[in-house]
Amino acid sequence: MSFYRIFTIVLRQLYLIRGSFSRMFPLFSWIAVDMVLWGFLTKYLNSVASAGFNFVPALLGAVLLWDFFGRIMQGVTIAFFEDVWSRNFLNIFATPLLISEYVSGLILTSILTSLVGLAVMLVIATAFFNLSFLVYGFMVIPFLLVLFLFGISLGIFGSALVLRLGPASEWFIWPIPAFISPFVGVLYPISTLPDWMQSISKVLPPTYVFEGLRAIIQGKPVSIALLGVAAVLAVVYIFLAYQFFVRIYRSALKSGLIARYSAESVS
Amino acid sequence: MVVIYNRGKEIFIPDFRWLFMSILSVKGLRKVYGDTTAVDGISFKVHRNEIVGLLGPNGAGKTTTINIILGVLEPNAGNITIDGLDIFSHRSKAIARTNFSAVYTPLPGNLTVIQNLRIFGRLYQVDNLSKRIEDLLVYFDLIKFRNKKCGVLSSGEQTRVSLAKSMLNNPQLLLLDEPTASLDPATARDVRVRIREFVAKGSGGVLWTSHNMYEVEEVCSRVLFLSHGKILLEGNPKTLPGEHGKKTLEELFIAVASERLTLEGS
Repeated sequence: MSFYRIFTIVLRQLYLIRGSFSRMFPLFSWIAVDMVLWGFLTKYLNSVASAGFNFVPALLGAVLLWDFFGRIMQGVTIAFFEDVWSRNFLNIFATPLLISEYVSGLILTSILTSLVGLAVMLVIATAFFNLSFLVYGFMVIPFLLVLFLFGISLGIFGSALVLRLGPASEWFIWPIPAFISPFVGVLYPISTLPDWMQSISKVLPPTYVFEGLRAIIQGKPVSIALLGVAAVLAVVYIFLAYQFFVRIYRSALKSGLIARYSAESVS
Repeated sequence: MVVIYNRGKEIFIPDFRWLFMSILSVKGLRKVYGDTTAVDGISFKVHRNEIVGLLGPNGAGKTTTINIILGVLEPNAGNITIDGLDIFSHRSKAIARTNFSAVYTPLPGNLTVIQNLRIFGRLYQVDNLSKRIEDLLVYFDLIKFRNKKCGVLSSGEQTRVSLAKSMLNNPQLLLLDEPTASLDPATARDVRVRIREFVAKGSGGVLWTSHNMYEVEEVCSRVLFLSHGKILLEGNPKTLPGEHGKKTLEELFIAVASERLTLEGS
Protein backbone atom coordinates (compact mmCIF):
# COMPACT_ATOMS: atom_id res chain seq x y z
CA MET A 1 0.00 0.00 0.00
CA SER A 2 1.17 3.51 -0.81
CA PHE A 3 0.27 6.28 1.64
CA TYR A 4 1.10 8.75 -1.12
CA ARG A 5 -1.69 7.36 -3.30
CA ILE A 6 -4.05 7.08 -0.30
CA PHE A 7 -3.50 10.76 0.46
CA THR A 8 -4.13 11.56 -3.22
CA ILE A 9 -7.69 10.24 -2.82
CA VAL A 10 -8.05 12.58 0.18
CA LEU A 11 -6.48 15.46 -1.75
CA ARG A 12 -9.07 15.09 -4.52
CA GLN A 13 -11.85 15.43 -1.95
CA LEU A 14 -10.15 18.46 -0.38
CA TYR A 15 -9.96 20.13 -3.80
CA LEU A 16 -13.67 19.48 -4.29
CA ILE A 17 -14.68 20.74 -0.83
CA ARG A 18 -12.38 23.77 -0.96
CA GLY A 19 -13.86 24.97 -4.20
CA SER A 20 -17.51 24.36 -3.43
CA PHE A 21 -19.74 26.02 -0.84
CA SER A 22 -22.42 23.39 -1.51
CA ARG A 23 -20.00 20.68 -0.36
CA MET A 24 -18.66 22.63 2.62
CA PHE A 25 -22.08 23.68 3.98
CA PRO A 26 -23.48 20.16 4.65
CA LEU A 27 -20.38 19.25 6.69
CA PHE A 28 -21.87 21.17 9.60
CA SER A 29 -25.29 22.57 8.67
CA TRP A 30 -27.61 19.62 9.42
CA ILE A 31 -25.83 18.66 12.58
CA ALA A 32 -25.86 22.28 13.74
CA VAL A 33 -29.63 22.34 13.19
CA ASP A 34 -29.92 19.07 15.14
CA MET A 35 -27.93 20.50 18.03
CA VAL A 36 -30.10 23.61 18.21
CA LEU A 37 -33.36 21.65 17.93
CA TRP A 38 -32.45 19.04 20.54
CA GLY A 39 -30.71 21.64 22.68
CA PHE A 40 -33.92 23.65 23.10
CA LEU A 41 -35.99 20.49 23.53
CA THR A 42 -33.79 19.33 26.41
CA LYS A 43 -33.96 22.79 27.97
CA TYR A 44 -37.72 22.65 27.79
CA LEU A 45 -37.84 19.11 29.23
CA ASN A 46 -35.56 20.21 32.09
CA SER A 47 -37.99 23.01 32.91
CA VAL A 48 -41.12 20.83 33.00
CA ALA A 49 -39.74 17.55 34.37
CA SER A 50 -39.06 16.82 38.00
CA ALA A 51 -35.91 18.38 39.37
CA GLY A 52 -32.83 16.24 39.63
CA PHE A 53 -32.73 14.68 36.18
CA ASN A 54 -30.70 16.50 33.55
CA PHE A 55 -31.90 15.80 30.00
CA VAL A 56 -28.94 17.55 28.39
CA PRO A 57 -26.34 14.78 28.70
CA ALA A 58 -29.01 12.07 28.19
CA LEU A 59 -30.64 13.41 25.05
CA LEU A 60 -28.40 16.09 23.56
CA GLY A 61 -25.28 14.01 24.22
CA ALA A 62 -26.91 10.97 22.58
CA VAL A 63 -28.00 12.97 19.55
CA LEU A 64 -24.50 14.42 19.23
CA LEU A 65 -22.94 10.95 19.26
CA TRP A 66 -25.52 9.65 16.78
CA ASP A 67 -24.89 12.57 14.42
CA PHE A 68 -21.17 11.87 14.68
CA PHE A 69 -21.85 8.28 13.60
CA GLY A 70 -23.96 9.51 10.66
CA ARG A 71 -21.24 11.95 9.57
CA ILE A 72 -18.64 9.18 9.62
CA MET A 73 -20.77 6.91 7.44
CA GLN A 74 -21.69 9.67 5.03
CA GLY A 75 -18.08 10.85 4.93
CA VAL A 76 -17.17 7.54 3.28
CA THR A 77 -20.18 7.30 0.98
CA ILE A 78 -20.09 10.93 -0.21
CA ALA A 79 -16.39 10.61 -1.07
CA PHE A 80 -17.30 7.50 -3.06
CA PHE A 81 -20.31 9.20 -4.69
CA GLU A 82 -18.01 11.93 -6.02
CA ASP A 83 -16.52 9.29 -8.33
CA VAL A 84 -20.01 8.06 -9.20
CA TRP A 85 -21.29 11.54 -10.02
CA SER A 86 -18.27 12.46 -12.14
CA ARG A 87 -18.20 9.03 -13.89
CA ASN A 88 -14.61 8.68 -12.83
CA PHE A 89 -14.31 4.93 -12.23
CA LEU A 90 -12.61 4.11 -15.52
CA ASN A 91 -10.07 6.91 -15.04
CA ILE A 92 -9.32 6.06 -11.44
CA PHE A 93 -9.30 2.25 -11.60
CA ALA A 94 -7.10 2.24 -14.71
CA THR A 95 -4.27 3.71 -12.61
CA PRO A 96 -1.87 1.74 -10.36
CA LEU A 97 -4.16 2.54 -7.39
CA LEU A 98 -4.98 -0.55 -5.34
CA ILE A 99 -8.52 -1.13 -4.13
CA SER A 100 -7.24 -1.17 -0.53
CA GLU A 101 -5.65 2.26 -1.12
CA TYR A 102 -8.88 3.59 -2.59
CA VAL A 103 -10.98 2.43 0.37
CA SER A 104 -8.35 3.74 2.83
CA GLY A 105 -8.53 7.11 1.08
CA LEU A 106 -12.31 7.18 1.51
CA ILE A 107 -11.93 6.37 5.23
CA LEU A 108 -9.28 9.05 5.76
CA THR A 109 -11.48 11.59 3.98
CA SER A 110 -14.35 10.65 6.27
CA ILE A 111 -12.19 11.14 9.39
CA LEU A 112 -11.25 14.65 8.30
CA THR A 113 -14.73 15.76 7.26
CA SER A 114 -16.32 14.24 10.39
CA LEU A 115 -13.88 16.06 12.66
CA VAL A 116 -15.22 19.34 11.25
CA GLY A 117 -18.76 18.25 12.11
CA LEU A 118 -17.76 17.03 15.55
CA ALA A 119 -16.04 20.33 16.34
CA VAL A 120 -19.11 22.35 15.30
CA MET A 121 -21.42 20.11 17.37
CA LEU A 122 -19.19 20.40 20.43
CA VAL A 123 -19.05 24.18 20.17
CA ILE A 124 -22.84 24.53 19.92
CA ALA A 125 -23.64 21.90 22.55
CA THR A 126 -21.17 23.21 25.12
CA ALA A 127 -21.43 26.95 24.47
CA PHE A 128 -25.20 27.24 24.16
CA PHE A 129 -26.64 24.27 26.04
CA ASN A 130 -24.03 23.55 28.74
CA LEU A 131 -23.35 20.00 27.59
CA SER A 132 -20.11 18.93 29.22
CA PHE A 133 -18.29 15.82 28.06
CA LEU A 134 -16.73 15.65 31.50
CA VAL A 135 -20.01 14.01 32.57
CA TYR A 136 -19.06 10.93 30.55
CA GLY A 137 -15.42 10.97 31.69
CA PHE A 138 -12.92 8.92 29.72
CA MET A 139 -15.71 6.66 28.50
CA VAL A 140 -16.37 9.15 25.75
CA ILE A 141 -13.25 7.83 23.98
CA PRO A 142 -14.50 4.23 23.56
CA PHE A 143 -17.97 5.59 22.74
CA LEU A 144 -16.59 7.65 19.86
CA LEU A 145 -14.29 4.83 18.76
CA VAL A 146 -17.09 2.26 18.51
CA LEU A 147 -19.35 4.66 16.61
CA PHE A 148 -16.47 5.61 14.34
CA LEU A 149 -15.66 1.98 13.50
CA PHE A 150 -19.30 1.06 12.87
CA GLY A 151 -19.82 4.21 10.75
CA ILE A 152 -16.83 3.22 8.61
CA SER A 153 -18.17 -0.30 8.12
CA LEU A 154 -21.61 0.95 7.03
CA GLY A 155 -19.99 3.53 4.73
CA ILE A 156 -17.97 0.83 2.98
CA PHE A 157 -21.02 -1.45 2.80
CA GLY A 158 -23.16 1.36 1.33
CA SER A 159 -20.49 2.21 -1.25
CA ALA A 160 -20.32 -1.45 -2.29
CA LEU A 161 -24.10 -1.53 -2.72
CA VAL A 162 -24.02 1.53 -4.99
CA LEU A 163 -21.14 0.04 -6.95
CA ARG A 164 -23.22 -3.07 -7.52
CA LEU A 165 -26.66 -1.51 -8.10
CA GLY A 166 -25.70 1.64 -9.98
CA PRO A 167 -25.83 5.41 -9.43
CA ALA A 168 -29.60 5.61 -8.78
CA SER A 169 -29.27 3.31 -5.77
CA GLU A 170 -27.59 6.00 -3.69
CA TRP A 171 -31.06 6.74 -2.29
CA PHE A 172 -30.93 3.40 -0.49
CA ILE A 173 -27.87 4.61 1.38
CA TRP A 174 -28.96 7.97 2.82
CA PRO A 175 -31.65 6.55 5.17
CA ILE A 176 -29.50 3.73 6.60
CA PRO A 177 -28.78 5.59 9.92
CA ALA A 178 -32.51 6.33 10.28
CA PHE A 179 -33.35 2.64 9.77
CA ILE A 180 -30.85 1.60 12.42
CA SER A 181 -31.65 4.24 15.06
CA PRO A 182 -34.80 2.59 16.51
CA PHE A 183 -32.83 -0.61 17.17
CA VAL A 184 -29.80 0.92 18.90
CA GLY A 185 -31.75 2.92 21.48
CA VAL A 186 -30.35 6.37 20.84
CA LEU A 187 -33.07 8.02 22.91
CA TYR A 188 -34.44 5.17 25.04
CA PRO A 189 -33.20 1.97 26.73
CA ILE A 190 -33.44 -1.09 24.50
CA SER A 191 -35.46 -2.81 27.24
CA THR A 192 -38.31 -0.64 25.89
CA LEU A 193 -38.22 -2.63 22.63
CA PRO A 194 -40.01 -5.91 21.92
CA ASP A 195 -37.89 -9.04 22.11
CA TRP A 196 -37.37 -9.44 18.35
CA MET A 197 -36.06 -5.88 18.09
CA GLN A 198 -33.79 -6.42 21.09
CA SER A 199 -32.27 -9.45 19.32
CA ILE A 200 -31.25 -7.17 16.44
CA SER A 201 -30.06 -4.48 18.87
CA LYS A 202 -27.58 -6.90 20.41
CA VAL A 203 -25.62 -7.31 17.17
CA LEU A 204 -25.43 -3.57 16.52
CA PRO A 205 -22.38 -1.97 18.22
CA PRO A 206 -23.96 1.48 18.84
CA THR A 207 -26.50 -0.18 21.18
CA TYR A 208 -23.72 -0.70 23.77
CA VAL A 209 -22.61 2.91 23.44
CA PHE A 210 -26.04 4.37 24.16
CA GLU A 211 -26.74 1.88 26.96
CA GLY A 212 -23.37 2.84 28.46
CA LEU A 213 -24.14 6.54 28.11
CA ARG A 214 -27.41 6.15 30.00
CA ALA A 215 -25.69 4.05 32.67
CA ILE A 216 -23.22 6.87 33.36
CA ILE A 217 -26.02 9.43 33.66
CA GLN A 218 -27.87 7.18 36.11
CA GLY A 219 -24.67 6.76 38.13
CA LYS A 220 -24.34 3.07 37.29
CA PRO A 221 -21.10 1.39 36.15
CA VAL A 222 -20.50 0.95 32.42
CA SER A 223 -19.76 -2.58 31.30
CA ILE A 224 -16.28 -2.41 29.79
CA ALA A 225 -16.71 -6.00 28.61
CA LEU A 226 -19.82 -5.08 26.62
CA LEU A 227 -18.06 -2.07 25.12
CA GLY A 228 -15.24 -4.43 24.17
CA VAL A 229 -17.79 -6.69 22.48
CA ALA A 230 -19.13 -3.65 20.63
CA ALA A 231 -15.62 -2.71 19.43
CA VAL A 232 -14.90 -6.28 18.31
CA LEU A 233 -18.27 -6.43 16.50
CA ALA A 234 -17.50 -3.13 14.76
CA VAL A 235 -14.07 -4.36 13.64
CA VAL A 236 -15.64 -7.58 12.34
CA TYR A 237 -18.21 -5.50 10.40
CA ILE A 238 -15.41 -3.41 8.86
CA PHE A 239 -13.66 -6.58 7.76
CA LEU A 240 -16.89 -8.02 6.32
CA ALA A 241 -17.83 -4.74 4.63
CA TYR A 242 -14.38 -4.50 3.02
CA GLN A 243 -14.59 -8.11 1.83
CA PHE A 244 -18.03 -7.32 0.40
CA PHE A 245 -16.66 -4.24 -1.40
CA VAL A 246 -13.76 -6.23 -2.87
CA ARG A 247 -16.14 -8.98 -3.98
CA ILE A 248 -18.45 -6.47 -5.68
CA TYR A 249 -15.45 -4.76 -7.31
CA ARG A 250 -14.14 -8.07 -8.66
CA SER A 251 -17.56 -8.99 -9.91
CA ALA A 252 -17.76 -5.56 -11.63
CA LEU A 253 -14.39 -6.27 -13.29
CA LYS A 254 -15.79 -9.51 -14.67
CA SER A 255 -19.13 -8.11 -15.79
CA GLY A 256 -17.63 -4.95 -17.30
CA LEU A 257 -19.59 -2.70 -14.94
CA ILE A 258 -16.54 -0.60 -14.01
CA ALA A 259 -16.00 0.36 -17.63
CA ARG A 260 -19.70 0.99 -18.28
CA TYR A 261 -20.86 2.14 -14.87
CA SER A 262 -23.22 4.88 -16.02
CA ALA A 263 -25.34 2.19 -17.69
CA GLU A 264 -26.14 0.91 -14.14
CA SER A 265 -26.33 -2.67 -15.41
CA VAL A 266 -24.53 -4.71 -18.04
CA SER A 267 -27.45 -7.00 -18.72
CA MET B 1 24.55 -5.86 -17.64
CA VAL B 2 25.16 -9.31 -19.05
CA VAL B 3 28.20 -11.41 -18.09
CA ILE B 4 30.00 -13.48 -20.73
CA TYR B 5 33.08 -15.61 -20.20
CA ASN B 6 36.02 -15.44 -22.58
CA ARG B 7 38.96 -17.78 -21.76
CA GLY B 8 37.92 -17.85 -18.13
CA LYS B 9 37.59 -14.06 -17.85
CA GLU B 10 34.34 -12.35 -16.94
CA ILE B 11 33.32 -9.66 -19.42
CA PHE B 12 30.42 -7.31 -18.64
CA ILE B 13 28.44 -5.91 -21.56
CA PRO B 14 25.30 -3.72 -21.57
CA ASP B 15 22.05 -5.67 -21.89
CA PHE B 16 20.12 -4.37 -24.89
CA ARG B 17 17.68 -7.27 -24.96
CA TRP B 18 14.90 -5.03 -23.60
CA LEU B 19 15.04 -3.03 -26.83
CA PHE B 20 13.78 -6.01 -28.77
CA MET B 21 11.11 -7.05 -26.29
CA SER B 22 7.54 -6.21 -27.22
CA ILE B 23 6.06 -3.62 -24.90
CA LEU B 24 2.65 -5.29 -25.06
CA SER B 25 2.02 -8.97 -25.61
CA VAL B 26 -1.54 -10.29 -25.82
CA LYS B 27 -2.09 -14.06 -26.12
CA GLY B 28 -5.37 -15.90 -26.63
CA LEU B 29 -7.50 -13.09 -25.19
CA ARG B 30 -11.16 -13.98 -24.89
CA LYS B 31 -14.10 -12.14 -23.33
CA VAL B 32 -17.66 -13.40 -23.32
CA TYR B 33 -20.76 -11.51 -22.13
CA GLY B 34 -23.56 -14.02 -21.77
CA ASP B 35 -24.16 -15.35 -25.30
CA THR B 36 -22.03 -12.68 -26.94
CA THR B 37 -18.34 -13.21 -27.59
CA ALA B 38 -16.84 -9.72 -27.57
CA VAL B 39 -13.21 -10.82 -27.99
CA ASP B 40 -12.53 -14.23 -29.46
CA GLY B 41 -9.05 -15.52 -28.69
CA ILE B 42 -6.97 -12.71 -30.19
CA SER B 43 -3.18 -12.50 -29.97
CA PHE B 44 -0.96 -9.60 -30.98
CA LYS B 45 2.05 -7.56 -29.93
CA VAL B 46 3.03 -3.91 -29.83
CA HIS B 47 6.77 -3.23 -30.10
CA ARG B 48 8.78 -0.28 -28.84
CA ASN B 49 8.61 2.86 -31.01
CA GLU B 50 5.65 1.45 -32.86
CA ILE B 51 2.12 2.78 -33.33
CA VAL B 52 -0.33 -0.03 -33.94
CA GLY B 53 -3.83 0.75 -35.19
CA LEU B 54 -6.67 -1.36 -33.82
CA LEU B 55 -9.40 -1.01 -36.42
CA GLY B 56 -12.86 -2.39 -36.82
CA PRO B 57 -16.54 -1.52 -36.96
CA ASN B 58 -18.51 -0.52 -33.88
CA GLY B 59 -18.90 -3.51 -31.59
CA ALA B 60 -15.88 -5.30 -33.07
CA GLY B 61 -14.21 -5.62 -29.65
CA LYS B 62 -11.69 -2.75 -29.77
CA THR B 63 -12.77 -0.97 -26.59
CA THR B 64 -13.24 -4.31 -24.80
CA THR B 65 -9.64 -5.19 -25.69
CA ILE B 66 -8.38 -1.82 -24.43
CA ASN B 67 -10.38 -2.10 -21.19
CA ILE B 68 -8.87 -5.54 -20.53
CA ILE B 69 -5.35 -4.21 -21.12
CA LEU B 70 -6.10 -1.35 -18.71
CA GLY B 71 -7.10 -3.84 -16.01
CA VAL B 72 -10.70 -2.60 -15.68
CA LEU B 73 -12.22 -5.67 -17.32
CA GLU B 74 -11.38 -9.29 -16.57
CA PRO B 75 -11.10 -11.65 -19.54
CA ASN B 76 -12.41 -15.22 -19.60
CA ALA B 77 -9.07 -16.43 -20.96
CA GLY B 78 -5.73 -15.15 -22.17
CA ASN B 79 -2.48 -13.59 -21.01
CA ILE B 80 -1.29 -10.00 -21.20
CA THR B 81 2.16 -8.70 -20.40
CA ILE B 82 3.16 -5.04 -20.38
CA ASP B 83 6.90 -4.43 -20.49
CA GLY B 84 7.36 -8.07 -19.48
CA LEU B 85 5.01 -7.83 -16.47
CA ASP B 86 1.89 -9.99 -16.30
CA ILE B 87 -1.02 -7.62 -15.66
CA PHE B 88 -2.97 -10.16 -13.62
CA SER B 89 -0.20 -11.09 -11.17
CA HIS B 90 1.62 -7.68 -11.15
CA ARG B 91 -1.29 -5.40 -11.89
CA SER B 92 -0.12 -2.22 -10.15
CA LYS B 93 3.43 -2.37 -11.53
CA ALA B 94 2.25 -3.24 -15.04
CA ILE B 95 -0.44 -0.54 -15.09
CA ALA B 96 2.11 2.03 -13.86
CA ARG B 97 3.83 1.58 -17.25
CA THR B 98 0.66 2.42 -19.19
CA ASN B 99 -1.72 5.29 -19.56
CA PHE B 100 -4.70 6.01 -21.75
CA SER B 101 -6.93 8.59 -23.28
CA ALA B 102 -10.42 7.79 -24.52
CA VAL B 103 -12.97 10.09 -26.06
CA TYR B 104 -15.74 8.61 -23.88
CA THR B 105 -13.88 9.09 -20.57
CA PRO B 106 -13.33 12.78 -19.82
CA LEU B 107 -11.54 13.77 -16.64
CA PRO B 108 -13.77 14.95 -13.76
CA GLY B 109 -15.36 18.22 -14.86
CA ASN B 110 -15.54 19.56 -11.29
CA LEU B 111 -11.75 19.80 -10.92
CA THR B 112 -9.51 22.30 -12.69
CA VAL B 113 -7.01 21.24 -15.34
CA ILE B 114 -4.08 21.56 -12.94
CA GLN B 115 -5.92 19.73 -10.13
CA ASN B 116 -6.79 16.82 -12.43
CA LEU B 117 -3.21 16.57 -13.68
CA ARG B 118 -1.89 16.71 -10.12
CA ILE B 119 -4.27 14.00 -8.88
CA PHE B 120 -3.54 11.60 -11.73
CA GLY B 121 0.18 12.41 -11.66
CA ARG B 122 0.23 11.48 -7.99
CA LEU B 123 -1.70 8.24 -8.62
CA TYR B 124 1.01 7.29 -11.14
CA GLN B 125 3.64 8.55 -8.65
CA VAL B 126 5.34 10.72 -11.25
CA ASP B 127 8.74 12.09 -10.19
CA ASN B 128 9.15 15.86 -10.25
CA LEU B 129 5.44 16.16 -10.95
CA SER B 130 5.12 19.97 -10.94
CA LYS B 131 7.72 20.32 -13.70
CA ARG B 132 6.16 17.50 -15.71
CA ILE B 133 2.74 19.17 -15.50
CA GLU B 134 4.14 22.53 -16.59
CA ASP B 135 5.91 20.90 -19.55
CA LEU B 136 2.70 19.16 -20.63
CA LEU B 137 0.61 22.32 -20.23
CA VAL B 138 2.98 24.03 -22.65
CA TYR B 139 3.21 21.02 -24.97
CA PHE B 140 -0.59 20.75 -25.34
CA ASP B 141 -1.17 24.51 -25.34
CA LEU B 142 -3.17 24.40 -22.09
CA ILE B 143 -1.45 27.16 -20.09
CA LYS B 144 -4.40 29.55 -20.29
CA PHE B 145 -6.80 26.83 -19.10
CA ARG B 146 -4.74 25.66 -16.13
CA ASN B 147 -7.16 27.02 -13.51
CA LYS B 148 -10.35 26.37 -15.48
CA LYS B 149 -12.61 23.52 -14.47
CA CYS B 150 -12.44 20.75 -17.04
CA GLY B 151 -16.24 20.69 -17.33
CA VAL B 152 -16.33 24.16 -18.90
CA LEU B 153 -13.75 23.39 -21.59
CA SER B 154 -14.72 22.61 -25.17
CA SER B 155 -14.59 18.95 -26.19
CA GLY B 156 -11.36 19.59 -28.09
CA GLU B 157 -9.75 21.25 -25.06
CA GLN B 158 -10.91 18.38 -22.83
CA THR B 159 -9.32 15.92 -25.26
CA ARG B 160 -6.03 17.81 -25.01
CA VAL B 161 -6.22 17.68 -21.19
CA SER B 162 -6.91 13.96 -21.39
CA LEU B 163 -3.91 13.49 -23.69
CA ALA B 164 -1.73 15.52 -21.30
CA LYS B 165 -2.90 13.24 -18.48
CA SER B 166 -2.11 10.18 -20.59
CA MET B 167 1.52 11.30 -20.96
CA LEU B 168 2.10 12.31 -17.33
CA ASN B 169 4.03 9.14 -16.49
CA ASN B 170 5.88 8.85 -19.82
CA PRO B 171 4.08 5.54 -20.37
CA GLN B 172 5.79 2.64 -22.05
CA LEU B 173 2.42 1.68 -23.47
CA LEU B 174 -0.03 4.39 -24.48
CA LEU B 175 -3.59 3.32 -25.24
CA LEU B 176 -5.58 5.79 -27.30
CA ASP B 177 -9.24 5.08 -28.02
CA GLU B 178 -10.36 7.46 -30.79
CA PRO B 179 -8.20 10.29 -29.42
CA THR B 180 -8.98 12.71 -32.24
CA ALA B 181 -12.70 11.96 -32.61
CA SER B 182 -13.85 15.31 -31.22
CA LEU B 183 -11.08 17.49 -32.65
CA ASP B 184 -11.14 19.86 -35.61
CA PRO B 185 -8.79 18.83 -38.45
CA ALA B 186 -6.03 21.27 -37.50
CA THR B 187 -6.00 20.27 -33.82
CA ALA B 188 -6.24 16.59 -34.78
CA ARG B 189 -3.15 17.00 -36.95
CA ASP B 190 -1.28 18.67 -34.05
CA VAL B 191 -2.24 15.78 -31.77
CA ARG B 192 -0.99 13.24 -34.32
CA VAL B 193 2.31 15.11 -34.55
CA ARG B 194 2.70 15.09 -30.78
CA ILE B 195 1.98 11.39 -30.46
CA ARG B 196 4.44 10.56 -33.21
CA GLU B 197 7.03 12.69 -31.38
CA PHE B 198 6.26 10.81 -28.18
CA VAL B 199 6.97 7.51 -29.93
CA ALA B 200 10.04 8.75 -31.77
CA LYS B 201 11.70 10.32 -28.72
CA GLY B 202 10.95 7.66 -26.11
CA SER B 203 10.97 3.89 -25.98
CA GLY B 204 7.22 3.36 -25.72
CA GLY B 205 4.61 1.95 -28.05
CA VAL B 206 1.06 3.03 -28.84
CA LEU B 207 -2.14 1.09 -29.46
CA TRP B 208 -4.51 3.43 -31.31
CA THR B 209 -8.12 2.99 -32.32
CA SER B 210 -9.70 5.29 -34.86
CA HIS B 211 -12.39 5.34 -37.50
CA ASN B 212 -10.44 7.91 -39.53
CA MET B 213 -8.60 5.78 -42.08
CA TYR B 214 -6.63 8.75 -43.42
CA GLU B 215 -5.30 9.30 -39.91
CA VAL B 216 -4.49 5.63 -39.42
CA GLU B 217 -2.56 5.47 -42.68
CA GLU B 218 -0.59 8.56 -41.69
CA VAL B 219 0.22 7.53 -38.13
CA CYS B 220 0.29 3.75 -37.78
CA SER B 221 3.14 1.53 -38.86
CA ARG B 222 0.94 -1.55 -38.53
CA VAL B 223 -2.80 -2.18 -38.29
CA LEU B 224 -4.96 -4.99 -36.92
CA PHE B 225 -8.45 -5.37 -38.36
CA LEU B 226 -10.85 -6.64 -35.75
CA SER B 227 -14.33 -7.93 -36.54
CA HIS B 228 -16.67 -9.92 -34.32
CA GLY B 229 -13.88 -10.17 -31.77
CA LYS B 230 -11.33 -11.73 -34.12
CA ILE B 231 -8.30 -10.30 -35.86
CA LEU B 232 -9.02 -10.78 -39.57
CA LEU B 233 -6.10 -8.91 -41.10
CA GLU B 234 -2.78 -7.50 -39.99
CA GLY B 235 -0.20 -5.49 -41.88
CA ASN B 236 1.16 -2.20 -43.10
CA PRO B 237 -1.72 0.25 -43.66
CA LYS B 238 -0.07 1.54 -46.83
CA THR B 239 0.28 -1.83 -48.53
CA LEU B 240 -2.55 -3.83 -46.96
CA PRO B 241 -5.36 -2.46 -49.20
CA GLY B 242 -3.46 -3.44 -52.38
CA GLU B 243 -2.75 -6.92 -51.01
CA HIS B 244 -6.51 -7.46 -50.74
CA GLY B 245 -7.54 -5.88 -54.03
CA LYS B 246 -8.72 -2.58 -52.55
CA LYS B 247 -7.63 0.93 -53.44
CA THR B 248 -7.75 2.54 -50.01
CA LEU B 249 -7.72 1.59 -46.36
CA GLU B 250 -11.28 2.89 -46.08
CA GLU B 251 -12.44 0.51 -48.83
CA LEU B 252 -10.73 -2.31 -47.03
CA PHE B 253 -12.35 -1.27 -43.74
CA ILE B 254 -15.82 -1.30 -45.33
CA ALA B 255 -15.11 -4.68 -46.86
CA VAL B 256 -13.99 -6.12 -43.53
CA ALA B 257 -17.02 -4.66 -41.79
CA SER B 258 -19.58 -5.91 -44.31
CA GLU B 259 -18.00 -8.89 -46.06
CA ARG B 260 -16.24 -10.73 -43.31
CA LEU B 261 -16.53 -14.17 -44.87
CA THR B 262 -15.20 -13.04 -48.27
CA LEU B 263 -12.10 -11.60 -46.69
CA GLU B 264 -11.60 -14.57 -44.41
CA GLY B 265 -11.58 -16.76 -47.49
CA SER B 266 -9.17 -14.53 -49.44
